[in-house]
Amino acid sequence: MRGNAQFVRHGGREEGGGGKEHDGKLCPASASGRKGPLAFPRPTRAYPPVVARHSQLSPHCTAPLPSSSTMSKQLQFKLVLLGESAVGKSRHAPTLLVLRFVKDQFDDYRESTIGAAFLTQTVTLDDGTTVKFEIWDTAGQERYKSLAPMYYRNANCAVVVYDITQSASLEKARNWIRELQRQADPSIVIALCGNKSDLAARRQVTQEEAQKYAEEEGLMWAETSAKSGEGVSEIFTAIAKKLPTTAPPSSRTAGGRAGTSGGRAGVDLNKQHTEAGANEPCNC
Amino acid sequence: MDEEYDVVVLGTGLTECILSGLLSVEGKKVLHMDRNDYYGGDSASLNLTQLYRQFRPDQSPPAELGRDRDYAVDLVPKFIIASGELTKILVHTDVTRYLEFKQIAGSFVYRDGKISKVPSTEMEAVKSPLMGLFEKRRAKKFFEFLQGWKDEDPATHQGIDLDKDSMRSVYEKFGLEPGTQDFIGHAMALYLDDDYIDKSARPAYDRIVLYTSSMARYGKSPYIYPLYGLGELPQSFARLSAIYGGTYMLDKQIDEIVTDADGKFVGVRSGTETVKAKQVIGDPSYFGAGAAKDGGKVRVMEEGKVIRAICILKHPIPGTDDSDSVQIIIPQNQVNRRNDIYIAMVSSTHNVCAKDVYVAIVSTIVETDKPELEIQPGLQLLGPIYDKFVSVSPIYMPTADGESDNIFITRSYDATSHFETVVEEVQDVWKRVIGKDLVLKKREVEVEQ
Repeated sequence: MRGNAQFVRHGGREEGGGGKEHDGKLCPASASGRKGPLAFPRPTRAYPPVVARHSQLSPHCTAPLPSSSTMSKQLQFKLVLLGESAVGKSRHAPTLLVLRFVKDQFDDYRESTIGAAFLTQTVTLDDGTTVKFEIWDTAGQERYKSLAPMYYRNANCAVVVYDITQSASLEKARNWIRELQRQADPSIVIALCGNKSDLAARRQVTQEEAQKYAEEEGLMWAETSAKSGEGVSEIFTAIAKKLPTTAPPSSRTAGGRAGTSGGRAGVDLNKQHTEAGANEPCNC
Repeated sequence: MDEEYDVVVLGTGLTECILSGLLSVEGKKVLHMDRNDYYGGDSASLNLTQLYRQFRPDQSPPAELGRDRDYAVDLVPKFIIASGELTKILVHTDVTRYLEFKQIAGSFVYRDGKISKVPSTEMEAVKSPLMGLFEKRRAKKFFEFLQGWKDEDPATHQGIDLDKDSMRSVYEKFGLEPGTQDFIGHAMALYLDDDYIDKSARPAYDRIVLYTSSMARYGKSPYIYPLYGLGELPQSFARLSAIYGGTYMLDKQIDEIVTDADGKFVGVRSGTETVKAKQVIGDPSYFGAGAAKDGGKVRVMEEGKVIRAICILKHPIPGTDDSDSVQIIIPQNQVNRRNDIYIAMVSSTHNVCAKDVYVAIVSTIVETDKPELEIQPGLQLLGPIYDKFVSVSPIYMPTADGESDNIFITRSYDATSHFETVVEEVQDVWKRVIGKDLVLKKREVEVEQ
């Protein structure tokens, strides 16, 4: 995997949580997407209206779009994070890993990411396919075994994190993987991540042990450091490459809101909302 | 559990989860607990294992019903009315990101032994067997009057005062037949009984407008429904609460509501642990509902009972044009009752059961000591019933408003077909807990630097 994948950072960001209004007030494309030459290509397949609202808003907000004939595929997947619960003031290790991936930041002692429904980050593969991850954090609901079925529902991939300096954390990771195998779709792609590779001197979990377990269970495996960034973008790119590049119409992506699956199309509650917002000026 | 919270919320029903989410967004420190190991309380959607555990603990689900995980059977039959208050809260709080909705395919009404579709288009209205030709003209005038009504323009009032005149007098003015009144009052204004007729016409006007605007919004019926069942609604608001710092504990036995010498709320005891908080909100089951009187304070009282029969069918309901989801209303006059009988049916289109299975819930407010006989007119419309799970649930309401003891108890889910009363309950509890009205204000975009 290493070396082949081109990793393009499109400037990840937090998708707002409840109670926040985005419509027309601030254009995410201008805030983040303009940096790359290919900012936010027009998707080639129908997307969930809600997501479309956030990733694109109205067309006039985005950078000039290449014609669709030269466009490559854009796919979107729901990724869930699991790992040992945060202790004390530290942040949840999977969250730290994702903040490194999405924002290229490491800040262990900050207040938790309040109000973010999920984070998004886009990876571009060699063939030009863009893979957008919609990354769900547990929001602490894993702490007292209170994750809702909704969390696992329609998850396409999962990152399960353990701490290479804590042998007990691998056992906890095994429990999460069992839970995923029980609750999530059987086709889910699971990556097991041994974090804190920067602290290899204090290693309690050998690479051999973790790798053997991953092979037995058919998981992807890598060691990472949220602190130094080592291995982080590589594992997400590897996940992106492993996900089906031809998403069958029946498998809904991104939280299952596509509404493109058979039968009657889904209903977009935000429709009136968006129309009202679309006419407001946007700062780009 | 050694921290002190602003609010402890007991039970993860929809009412409690909306309140928990809104309180966390408001900045309150919330601890939310449930005795069950699943979300939703009385408004949960259960898989087959959970359904059988609840209704037939000594029996396991038959294999022919298919995979356990394909099922999400609602305990309370309700739909979301498209232009209603719940939709506003869903959009405002942005929990719509976690949910996907589909329309309910049709709304039907029972008349003279058979069911007919409530017209959703002008074409359907013209063809509808519900009214004769002349009655249709009268009804058209009535609806044009409602549609044209403007409070500030007396010319649109046609001599009617919505606030003073009764609905009966409005019906009479347009010369509408009793059958049409039944249809309008029950299938559109969604009144459960006929008490509204002699009251001011304004609330009925509001309800008909809500129905017609909801109907117009997506086209087929005024209702929408979340994929994977109604249990998704409490889960999405619980996630909202968690994202704003709320702490969640399922599968937690609640043993005691601890109060001080004045009866004021102090905390909640679970086993040997007691968690302290300033206020507690919870559903009636955490405050002595259904429990034997043990000499303690009586905090909830029974207001009535609802019977609900969850029926598993292997076919769509006859006479509904093979609709994958329907509401059927049997107005009380049609079957000599005081309260309407409702049927709500969903299917695999809504990801709540296996393919070729249909789940219909027949419900009504109990009027006699033989409730199962009361729902017969509804059951008869379903055709062969593969299996049936019947429950009679008391509707509880709190005996006090909570302002003196900081104990705020929510009402049980009522017999109405949608969530408007749930939102009223949320607004009411919010006002008592926070001391001011719930305002769904627009929030500024927060961009993390």
